[in-house]
Amino acid sequence: MDLNKLLKAMLVALPIMAISACSSTSESETDAMGSTNGSGSELNGGIQTGGVGAMLSSEEQQRQQLEELRKEHIIYFDFDRSEVQTEFAAVLEAHGTYLVEHPSVRVLIEGHADERGTPEYNIALGERRAKAVAKYLQGMGVQPSQMSVVSYGEEKPLDFSRTDEGFGKNRRAVLVY
Amino acid sequence: MKILAKWLALAVLLCATPAKAALDIVITEGVDAARPIAVMPFVWQGPGAPPQAIADVVMSDLARSGTFKPLDELGLPQRNIGALAQFQPSSWSSVGAEAVVLGTVKPYGTDQYLVSFDLIDLVKAQNQALKGSVSATEFLMDSRQTVISAAQFRQYGHRISDIVYEKLTGIRGAFLTRISYVVVNHTQKAPYQLMVADYDGFNEQMLLRSPEPLMSPTWSPDGRRLAYVSFENKKAEIFVQDLYTQVRTKVSSFPGINGAPAFSPDGKSLAVTLSKDGQPEIYVIDIATKAIKRITNHYAIDTEPSWYPDGKSLIFTSERGGRPQIYRVELSSGKVSRETFEGEWNLGGSITPDGRSMIFVNRTNGKFNIARMDLNTRFMQVLTSTRLDESPSVAPNGTMVIYGTTHQGKQVLAAVSTDGRFKARLPVGQGEVKSPSWSPFL
Repeated sequence: MDLNKLLKAMLVALPIMAISACSSTSESETDAMGSTNGSGSELNGGIQTGGVGAMLSSEEQQRQQLEELRKEHIIYFDFDRSEVQTEFAAVLEAHGTYLVEHPSVRVLIEGHADERGTPEYNIALGERRAKAVAKYLQGMGVQPSQMSVVSYGEEKPLDFSRTDEGFGKNRRAVLVY
Repeated sequence: MKILAKWLALAVLLCATPAKAALDIVITEGVDAARPIAVMPFVWQGPGAPPQAIADVVMSDLARSGTFKPLDELGLPQRNIGALAQFQPSSWSSVGAEAVVLGTVKPYGTDQYLVSFDLIDLVKAQNQALKGSVSATEFLMDSRQTVISAAQFRQYGHRISDIVYEKLTGIRGAFLTRISYVVVNHTQKAPYQLMVADYDGFNEQMLLRSPEPLMSPTWSPDGRRLAYVSFENKKAEIFVQDLYTQVRTKVSSFPGINGAPAFSPDGKSLAVTLSKDGQPEIYVIDIATKAIKRITNHYAIDTEPSWYPDGKSLIFTSERGGRPQIYRVELSSGKVSRETFEGEWNLGGSITPDGRSMIFVNRTNGKFNIARMDLNTRFMQVLTSTRLDESPSVAPNGTMVIYGTTHQGKQVLAAVSTDGRFKARLPVGQGEVKSPSWSPFL
């Protein structure tokens, strides 16, 4: 219990520390800019400066990867199943990390089904899928108050072909920010 | 080929009527098994052009019932007769039909018409003609007169069909009924529309249009209100809408699923699916007081409640056995029993008005079709062979089922007789059509 509290406190504290670190960096940059401006005459003297991109720390690299992963916001399911497949663990981890770091951000999880079965059964199935995703994120520390769930069943298909491939695209949960 | 020509002729007649159906019915199976009947064009006894052809309505009603096959009028022995007095039994001796419908229409004041019709028992008339003693009153099965306005022609045509159908089969006709359904047209800003039309697709009216899904319309027992699910507030909510006053009442808006509404036989309650307590469960909501009563309690999905005609039990779809199957729950005791065992899945069930069978969606070898099970013998029969069948709704006289299916990649409505012998499709022009619900007798 105490450990849990400590973890939560760290989750809040870490981003704050990160923000303060950022602001101090930007201050020093302003200072540097000021000094560059002061030596403007040197530029007029025909001298040009070049630069390279900053080395990314491993944390920054990870952040970029997560951002890239968060662009993917659809989780697909097997027929009549609502378990989250392992192949979507990375995508959900990216969303989970982001939501944990931004407790004020809310996400709507839409559950969908393919067109097989009856519309009302598919509403129930879609809700179970959306809830499976919510439970997964909650397991990562996302607060239940950040998430809401709606099932559209088979009412909003992505693919209208009614082929096996199309059905596969329609059996999904969608994270909407 | 001859049959095809007849149907083409009928199609031409249908197209010629002024109020074109939004849903043209294509009969796909069962015409040959139907009983021949002669419906003669009603004789116009006024000046100028006649108003709408009322006999065409009767002809197509009887053909769509799957029970009758109207004969081509060009092959009938008499023409331009509108009453029993002009009917000559001797000239009809070789006509293979069991009955003749004939009538007249004449002006009866401003925008008023007197419509008369006679229903003749042709078999009796032919027998009497053979014996040489003809007494017209003996083979006259029915004879009626009514004054109607021009706007009531189709409606009165359905009324005549009801009378003819009931006289000849002993079963009440369901031609004066309506259907509701959802049309989805993704090319439009508000793609979801809740519609009501006559049972044959004529007089289509829009009740509601929304940018978000509309689902599961269902009729109140008095035919005055519809309950349905709307996502207009980005969540599922159940509304009841009065068809005449357009007044909408929000009945259920709990967190999670608010779905699958079904009016109790007394019209006072709705059986619904709610997931507010975790899993989807069946509840009954008192429409006036909004008081709710939980009916099922299981960690698996429970949904799609439907009432027994006596209002004492519900059937519902449940996954408690691992796969969706239909169960029955007795409302007084809460006792649950499983109803279906055949096939991989059985779901979306409803009990026929006579309480003797159940109509539902069956999945066998991965195919979804409409099936019927006799509740006494437990004999199950798959009725359809169309693709991705769902949302079956039984006509109030129990003879026909309307359901949603897929044809040429589009969602369309189709109909099948409860004995599986007659099949028809109701294609549409724009968008997808789904979730049909057949009204009670109106």
